[in-house]
Amino acid sequence: MTVDVTEPRAGSAPTTWVAVCRLDDLAPERGAAAIVAGVQVALFRTIDDTVYAVQQLDPYSGAHVMSRGIVGSRGDAPTVASPMYKQVFDLRSGECLDPVGREPTTLDSWATVVRDGVVHVARPEAEVSP
Amino acid sequence: MVQHPKQLVVVGGGMVARRLVDALRSRDESRQWAVTVLGEEPRAPYDRVALTSYFTGRHPEDLALGSQDLWDDPLVTLRRGVRVDSIDRDARTVTTSGGAVLPYDALVLATGSYAAVPPVPGNDLRGAFVYRTIDDVADLRAHVERRRGEVDRPVRGAVVGGGLLGLEAAGALRALEVDTTVVEFAPRLMPLQVDDGGGEALRRLIEGLGVSVRTSTATSRVVGDRGTVSRMEFDGGDAVDVDVVVFAVGVRPRDELARACGLEVGERGGVVVDEACATADPAVWAIGEVACIDGRCLGLVAPGYTMAEVVADRLLGGAGTFPGADLSTKLKLLGVDVASFGDAFAQEPGGLEVVISDPVAGVYKKLVMSDDARTLRGGILVGDAGAYAALRPMVGRALGGDPAAYLLPEGAGPAPAGDLPEDATVCSCNNVTAGAVRCAVTEGGCTDLTGVKACTKAGTSCGSCLPLVKKLVTTELERSGVEVGNALCEHFDLSRAQLFDVVRVQGLTTFTEIIGRHGRGRGCDICKPVVGSILASLGTGHILDGERAALQDTNDHVMANLQKDGSYSVVPRIPGGEITPEGLIVIGEVAKEFGLYTKITGGQRIDLFGARIEQLPRIWKRLVDNGFESGHAYGKSLRTVKSCVGSTWCRYGVQDSVGLAIALELRYRGLRSPHKLKLGVSGCARECAEARGKDVGVIATDNGWNLYVGGNGGFTPRHAQLLAEDLDTETLVRTIDRFLLFYVRTADRLQRTAAWVEDHEGGLDAIRAVVVDDSLGIAADLDAAMAAHVDDYEDEWAAVLADPEKLRRFGSFVNAPDLADDSFAYVAERGQPRPATPDERAGGVLVAGTTLEVRR
Repeated sequence: MTVDVTEPRAGSAPTTWVAVCRLDDLAPERGAAAIVAGVQVALFRTIDDTVYAVQQLDPYSGAHVMSRGIVGSRGDAPTVASPMYKQVFDLRSGECLDPVGREPTTLDSWATVVRDGVVHVARPEAEVSP
Repeated sequence: MVQHPKQLVVVGGGMVARRLVDALRSRDESRQWAVTVLGEEPRAPYDRVALTSYFTGRHPEDLALGSQDLWDDPLVTLRRGVRVDSIDRDARTVTTSGGAVLPYDALVLATGSYAAVPPVPGNDLRGAFVYRTIDDVADLRAHVERRRGEVDRPVRGAVVGGGLLGLEAAGALRALEVDTTVVEFAPRLMPLQVDDGGGEALRRLIEGLGVSVRTSTATSRVVGDRGTVSRMEFDGGDAVDVDVVVFAVGVRPRDELARACGLEVGERGGVVVDEACATADPAVWAIGEVACIDGRCLGLVAPGYTMAEVVADRLLGGAGTFPGADLSTKLKLLGVDVASFGDAFAQEPGGLEVVISDPVAGVYKKLVMSDDARTLRGGILVGDAGAYAALRPMVGRALGGDPAAYLLPEGAGPAPAGDLPEDATVCSCNNVTAGAVRCAVTEGGCTDLTGVKACTKAGTSCGSCLPLVKKLVTTELERSGVEVGNALCEHFDLSRAQLFDVVRVQGLTTFTEIIGRHGRGRGCDICKPVVGSILASLGTGHILDGERAALQDTNDHVMANLQKDGSYSVVPRIPGGEITPEGLIVIGEVAKEFGLYTKITGGQRIDLFGARIEQLPRIWKRLVDNGFESGHAYGKSLRTVKSCVGSTWCRYGVQDSVGLAIALELRYRGLRSPHKLKLGVSGCARECAEARGKDVGVIATDNGWNLYVGGNGGFTPRHAQLLAEDLDTETLVRTIDRFLLFYVRTADRLQRTAAWVEDHEGGLDAIRAVVVDDSLGIAADLDAAMAAHVDDYEDEWAAVLADPEKLRRFGSFVNAPDLADDSFAYVAERGQPRPATPDERAGGVLVAGTTLEVRR
């Protein structure tokens, strides 16, 4: 996570991309933890080589484990299930699709882009709230 | 002001007495009544209906009814082994054989019946039995075993009486491998339940099982040799040689107490009661077989239960009445289905009979219809009673369609559960209507059969209505939009067992292939681990090979157990719980070096807690280098084989339980299954290894090993049931091999062996037929599969340590693999680290993060 690229985007604050790892470092249909600008982020590579980034902190257990959940799908939505208490989240938005009897909580999520085989994540603005 | 409860005394400790206490205690919310139950038998009420199962290896405790909680209730006193000698109705007291005098505000007579013995000479010889209590059947068994040791040929026995009880007794004798003859005075078997046609079908089926049947035969005397039964003689002169005789000619009400205290008794016995089950004395009631209601005593448990409910209601001020008895019966006698319901003999005028008789298939079925052939009045089913559950509630109602359609072989006919009227009784043992079952789903929030059983009691006695209850529950769930069925999840319509079969038969080895052919989407946390487990059970390679790694949940993925704070625990295998001092030192040193919390597990090994993901390979390197291997504590797979110390050291041990436990653990280690598997081996009947609390429990006998299956602890504890007795070690291991693999292949996801045995069609007997007698012809296949498992076993952890690609998964962060996660926080407790609580984190009393460990 050394290369920071800033590029302007229409109508919004410019996104700062942080290069995190190579796409090949991520196993398909599986997650991996990463530190991005001091924040623990869970990266997921799905079967079509799309990469998603959501918070690594599992809001239901308070443990930093989201990357270790099972990747799958609910309808069209790519999902991850928390390895701790199995809440299911939409990887695209962080939205909770199955709160397993608890209050739904949305995960922070960040834009990603893969350029030249390198995964970039939009630089988190601030610390993730626990 | 403390209000003292009124005293209810129940004389008799059978099934109906229990039901009364249960009904009263569950409804008596203001605690009006304290209950004392006085039972003659030395045990709590048990399931007399299932008495014969005592011969198929079940223990007396397996006949227990419901939970012990009822007897632990402070308002309930159960006194066993107590006979009541007299009742003083003026003083309202009962006097027991021990001289105790108990006052009562209400007295319920639930004394039941005794088995009648015909007045033939010789009926009191040694070897002549009745068939009523656990003690009766225990004595019968002991006598048969003794005779077997004395004679040089099969033991021979006769049952006098070819009714329900007689055929039960014949089944018991057959189970003891006795050459059995059934002697019936009437011209057919089960004369009270079936007609001549049904009786004839029954006779053929039963003779086909090797039981001789003599109908229209009267016994004239039993002849003894030195005081023990040796021959039976019949009217007309002929005779048979026998070693044992069981009288099963009927029961008589135990009404002697009532007679002695001046209560009215019926013409043929029984305490006369009205429709409220009340006697002429307002403080005295009678229920069950001893009650003479509408001029007769009823020898079935279902009406007894209804009477118990009526009296419970009345004692609490209700106005319940006995609605009349449903004498319908469905039984499996000697493995033969027999059912009779409603107006089975077409006694009501104008009935039409629809009969299907197939002597080849051994099936006889008859429906009695009203004269317009629309309304079902009753019926008899022999040989295949599959339609019973659907038909019985329809008695007195329009059947709809061609009645003959209901008599077609199972599966061919309709099963009309959907339109059953609300007030139709589905479970006659517990008097549960279709409406009550539906209500349990729609309003009671029950989402499966188990919930409905617990909520309504439907199907909890004889179980014959369960198919119907299940269908009602399913229909109602579907109606309320709940998806039912055995589909695994939204990605697979197949059940786990079906999926296992297609993967095995088609030889599929990747998830992409499997979901492409048999599913849709990309899978989820339900189906992916199932497929991962199936592939592992089929021995298709390491669980982290290629795409397969993505199927595993985090425990299998890093081969450790995720704990609440995101750290993992590590459990090396300690087969049979036997470990050398050197081994203990290695584990201790590893725990010290990595600052791990250590605890002894229930499975006789050592759990090391608080390892970070990136520490796991280094921890395991140390363990593997010192001869340890994965304990699979993280897997749905064999966990441990627990053992007692056995004959090697123990003064009482009769076999080497540790040696066997180690052999079994090394044989089955790594076997992936639908749920975790635990085994236990005890070296003698004292059972110190608690093997009957395991999926597979082995208990040493003087002659070999007894094998129990289907036990577990957990949320619903179960005792394992006897699968086979006195096995030599080789047979034992082969039987366990087959049991485990049959379970692995056919159980549902996360279904432990106890639930699998219970849900398996035909229950334990059917499973025994498969694994012992090879009834499905798959034993050789199962044996080969287990041999392959044993040959192909490798330590998963050793394999990972040897593979740099797999080791990469253990990095803490993909862009900083060795950076320790600084979110962990521990505090010291009793000299070891434990995760900090949220308050401790927030309150700043935090002692250590992972970089400042307690003792690292």
